[in-house]
Amino acid sequence: MSMRPDVEDLQFRDPAKADVLADRLATLQDQIGEPVAIMHVCGTHEQVIAKFGLRSRLPDGLSVRMGPGCPVCVTTMREVDEALAIADSGAIVATYGDMFRVPGTARSLADAKAEGADVRVVYSAMDVAALAREHPDREVVFFATGFETTAAPTAAMLEADPPDNLSVLSAHKYVPPAMAAIAEMPDTDVDGFLAAGHAATITGSGIFESFVEEYGIPVVVGGFEPLDVLGGLVALLELVASGQPGLENAYPRCVSEAGNVAAQDAMWRVFEQRTGEWRGLAEIPAGCLDLAPAYADWNARERFDVEPAAATVDPLTEQCRCGDIMAGKASPEDCPLFGGACVPSDPVGACMVSSEGTCKIWYEYGGHPDL
Amino acid sequence: MCLGIPGQIVERSGPVARVDFGDVEKEIRLDIVGDTVEEGDFVLNHAGFAIRKIPEDEARATIETYEALLTETERLEEAGALPATTGEETPQDSEDGDDET
Repeated sequence: MSMRPDVEDLQFRDPAKADVLADRLATLQDQIGEPVAIMHVCGTHEQVIAKFGLRSRLPDGLSVRMGPGCPVCVTTMREVDEALAIADSGAIVATYGDMFRVPGTARSLADAKAEGADVRVVYSAMDVAALAREHPDREVVFFATGFETTAAPTAAMLEADPPDNLSVLSAHKYVPPAMAAIAEMPDTDVDGFLAAGHAATITGSGIFESFVEEYGIPVVVGGFEPLDVLGGLVALLELVASGQPGLENAYPRCVSEAGNVAAQDAMWRVFEQRTGEWRGLAEIPAGCLDLAPAYADWNARERFDVEPAAATVDPLTEQCRCGDIMAGKASPEDCPLFGGACVPSDPVGACMVSSEGTCKIWYEYGGHPDL
Repeated sequence: MCLGIPGQIVERSGPVARVDFGDVEKEIRLDIVGDTVEEGDFVLNHAGFAIRKIPEDEARATIETYEALLTETERLEEAGALPATTGEETPQDSEDGDDET
């Protein structure tokens, strides 16, 4: 975080402090005396863990796995197919860069663009509104993906007087119900969740209180510098060692208990929760965000025929283990396709496409360096 | 798409601010920042929207937590209650700035 090197670059990455935290983890792990599995639900956490080799600093017995923390990865093939159907109909489809190469049933938006469809990559929801104003004679559809941190911006854009030729194909997902779904999976064993600090910036740390109560699994909200991650893991192991499930906010410089109420309000005025599929994972009750009836006029599913044409699935997809990886049941190295038939330049599963996907991150940085 | 990037507001006009990200300035919307912000304030940004004002004192509070842990460990080490830290190096980040997709 370059504009404040004195605080961000040095202090939150200080190796001496990392040593202290790693030692503390070892002491706690000894004290607990049995294997501990921690799940985090954020691609940025996995990037920090992989890039800084943090797994090499973890004591034996402590494993840290990435759950469904990559919004691109949990966007379903059907949702990609809907965007493709709209793009094929002649409308401009705008989406975030991560979505561009994610395969639908048979093609990605990048493939559609190569075949002549008008697909644009945008940085912000506001870019889509600007694009629609530049092309008043065209339909412009925002294929809107991501968790709370992008759903609130989509909501804000729709509340800022968008042009009539703009509509939204929402594939937004809402994280807290997915944590509950994973906690309920019989063959998933998670002793603690490191919750995503950025999503919690919006929802607040308090939202996890009922989860901790219901499932008896500790939750710590963690930040994104190496010391934040190690500090979050220390807090989690302390909770595990105490035997008392609890909730802690280890990222107070960005997350408050109540969260960003203005962003939440915008999100719940524009969206409503629906039960729907997270790619590879499961039907997640209330885990998807659809436009609320008040915004039906901007709903691309109302405006267009989004019934995707039937297509044959790539047979390799059957072997893809993305779902197991996101549920914490497998690591990329357990997948027969990883690094062979599935690489970033020719991905099979969405986890190999996005810079927030577990497989892409492991392909780039290695998962558990053998030191 | 869900990576947050902190930046400093250099200029504000209504719901739009110019935000300095160190090596680049970008236009950022303030619709959902949920706080009063002005020039000089630090904000956390996601996909073109500020989603949180970052108070300096809270950034400092996190550091103080680590400092306290460090001091406590040094005290325990001196008292012989903990083995001394090894001092081995952690891989350092060579890239400048933030990863952003």
